[in-house]
Amino acid sequence: MNTNRRSFLKTSATAGAVSVAVSAGLLTPRAVLAAWPKNAFEAKDVNSALTAAMGDTTLTDSGDINLKAPDIAENGAVVPITVTSTIPGTESISILIPNNATPLAASFTLSSNTEGYVSTRVKMGKTSDVVAVVKAGGKLYSSKKEVKVTIGGCGG
Amino acid sequence: MANSIKVRANVKSGVTVVKTLINHPMETGMRKDKKTDKMIPAHFIQEVTCEHNGKNVLTAQWGTAVSKNPYLSFKFTGANAGDSLKVSWVDNQGQSDSIESKIK
Repeated sequence: MNTNRRSFLKTSATAGAVSVAVSAGLLTPRAVLAAWPKNAFEAKDVNSALTAAMGDTTLTDSGDINLKAPDIAENGAVVPITVTSTIPGTESISILIPNNATPLAASFTLSSNTEGYVSTRVKMGKTSDVVAVVKAGGKLYSSKKEVKVTIGGCGG
Repeated sequence: MANSIKVRANVKSGVTVVKTLINHPMETGMRKDKKTDKMIPAHFIQEVTCEHNGKNVLTAQWGTAVSKNPYLSFKFTGANAGDSLKVSWVDNQGQSDSIESKIK
């Protein structure tokens, strides 16, 4: 992810201006979406996904990230994942699944008054680690947990 | 696609817990239609934004690995009951939806 986009997201005034532009019909949603990090989401391995999304692949294991996921997921199409980060200044939380065709599942950008907590549901093709990557103060922290999948959620 | 979003936001001792459910197929583009033997085109939400009183609190960028009819929950501080919370999403086919609700 390039730095322009980071600063763009942080400037809520700018974000407000964009949403005004959208509601006024000046920008189509597709034009806004140009900012979606296609490279990161289409990357086929963890390192290139991290490089595209964060510009860094150095992960520090952290005990301050609590990754809640089932030990065994009967249905890989719906795997509940909850990430809680108590690292001060958590800027973003990303969920990666290394054994999926495209590892980067989701990336959440938090504002200053948003707590380090996100919960969602993801698809998993097969048994894999789930990696939560937290960006705080320009550094990347991670925590991982293996989830065994009995029925895959990709393909059909 | 109107009314594709369900939002529930509750304040408890200063922390607002937001839970959202979005109705969306979230097709990966890697699945085959069994009847026609053709690939089902990718159709998934790329970005979800949540705003509290017009100020962005969370931006979620999603890939194809997020489940069908996505669930999203997060917490933030600094809101009061009755404040407005706007949730909107945009998908890869340019469709979008948004909902504005009150925090309870």
